[in-house]
Amino acid sequence: MKSNQTLAEGALQVKRPLRQQRSKHLLRDLVRDRWMYLMLLPGVLYFIIFKYVPMYGVTMAFQDYKPHLGFFGSPWTGMKHFIRFFSEPQFWMLFRNTIILALYNLIFFFPLPIILSLMLNELRRERFKRFVQTLIYIPHFVSWVVVVGIFYILFTTENGILNELIYRITGEKIAFLLEADWFRTMIVSQAIWKEVGWGTVIFLAALAGVDLQQYEAARIDGAGRWRQLWHITLPAIRSTIVILLILRLGNFLDSGFEQIFLMITPTNREVSEVFDTYVYTKGMTQAQYSYSAAVGLFKSFVGLLLVLGSNWLAKKFGEEGVY
Amino acid sequence: MRQDKTRGNRLFDLINHSILFLVAIVCVLPFVYVLAVSFASPAEAARGGLILLPREWSLVSYQYIFSSDTLPRSLLVSVYITVVGTLINLAFTSLMAYPLSKPHLRGRNPILLGVLITMLFSGGMIPTYFVVNGLNLTNTLWALMIPNAISAFNLIVLKNFFQQIPDGLEDSAKIDGCHDLGVLIRIVLPLSLPAMATFGLFYAVAHWNTFFNAILYINDNHKWPIQVMLREIVILAQSRVGDSSFDEMDVQPLTIRMAVIVFATVPILLVYPFLQKHFAKGVMLGSVKG
Repeated sequence: MKSNQTLAEGALQVKRPLRQQRSKHLLRDLVRDRWMYLMLLPGVLYFIIFKYVPMYGVTMAFQDYKPHLGFFGSPWTGMKHFIRFFSEPQFWMLFRNTIILALYNLIFFFPLPIILSLMLNELRRERFKRFVQTLIYIPHFVSWVVVVGIFYILFTTENGILNELIYRITGEKIAFLLEADWFRTMIVSQAIWKEVGWGTVIFLAALAGVDLQQYEAARIDGAGRWRQLWHITLPAIRSTIVILLILRLGNFLDSGFEQIFLMITPTNREVSEVFDTYVYTKGMTQAQYSYSAAVGLFKSFVGLLLVLGSNWLAKKFGEEGVY
Repeated sequence: MRQDKTRGNRLFDLINHSILFLVAIVCVLPFVYVLAVSFASPAEAARGGLILLPREWSLVSYQYIFSSDTLPRSLLVSVYITVVGTLINLAFTSLMAYPLSKPHLRGRNPILLGVLITMLFSGGMIPTYFVVNGLNLTNTLWALMIPNAISAFNLIVLKNFFQQIPDGLEDSAKIDGCHDLGVLIRIVLPLSLPAMATFGLFYAVAHWNTFFNAILYINDNHKWPIQVMLREIVILAQSRVGDSSFDEMDVQPLTIRMAVIVFATVPILLVYPFLQKHFAKGVMLGSVKG
């Protein structure tokens, strides 16, 4: 994701046009740009209220938060909630579930958009390529509720069309939606169905930048299809693959909250409960506010370390980082 | 052109085309099936099997859905938050992006840094909930619009887009006595209509698909958007959404579920050609690089 890297740099770069420069007088600048500051005000207030106040609000993880006392008035308790969380047997269950889902996604999902975009890149008829692209992007835009809903309809044991098909072939029905054994398969298949097409966008953009003369030169040198793929096409998308892998590792713990929330049933909780859903269950349904905020803080903190760590790793291997 | 026509190459092309065709079909077939069954007669739906075009057409599922105001109301809620929410998004995002596109503005870099930090770290679900609750927004539709008024990512992309607009046009307006807000409204925004349309579409899709925030912030089921209703009906199997005067025998839970999915999906499919036009042109990706 080259775009993201320039995003971070571009946001901070200072390029001064000749017409408008900073003068030596702060006050004069402020008065001149008064309308600009007025326009900034709603946005700045938005970020302060809805991003930075909650960021301060994570201090509730070190309190016994009472809604009527607020972030500032609740009594402090130190590390109590963290100690409780780390000593819960559920901690390891959450840890395992989150990691396994992330690994499944990395192993089964991550390579697919790459393969698919390489296949699309081999197409020579522009119209067929556009036809395929048009159709495979669609599932990305529908909500998770629709995706999970469609899967429920297709896979239910009560006349679900795919279960009927399996019944005709094997003579038995499989409770895909209830059995814990099928949970991870279902999650990964849904993620693949929804996002594999959209995942090709970024690789196709990188592939569009490859100079066609390179292929011509390779062919004159006697390189076949596979050699061209190996020596021209793959190197062209290598840095995109690395950047996406970094982003993936950075979001390793974000295991598709909405999707899992929709797929959790009482029968599969032992494999489906992840950090995010646990935060919701403890915080919103059992009103253990401070405890769940502590769990959330632990997750964001580890997530932040993962982002920064993988970024550092990428730079170490000579790729441009994201941030 | 690129390849010689050897037998191996032709075989490769055949397999490649077939697989891609299959992938494309798998991506849309479920939608076609859902649409077809929603229009099929209950009897035909009950027989099962793959229906891609109903043989016996029937509108009974849709009549059932509209026989009580539960589902129509949630559709209205979704339309409302999509329209109003997107307008709020566009207003807030462009108002903030424009000053930030001016490198000479004092305090610009700290503010940009502040925005970037929110992309890396957030307070999380529970503290955010208490902020929204403390502002008395819970159980109002504002809770679905205001806490997401600006996407940091979109803000920075739009800022970069504004930066590409030549200063000359803005300067001439300023010499004519226009203040900065006037320049934004009269010069910059009209020049940025394609970009605003793209952001509007992406924001609108996000609002239409809003699900979890509604679960989190809205208890009153009269204010539920369509996605929450859809979960109730399809996943939690609450199929009594219609008027009780409807005879249970006349309707099939299956076709009702399909019809609700159709309602939750069709608006997306309607704007999809416009969406595709924009991202196909590389507006989203290209503009980031500015």
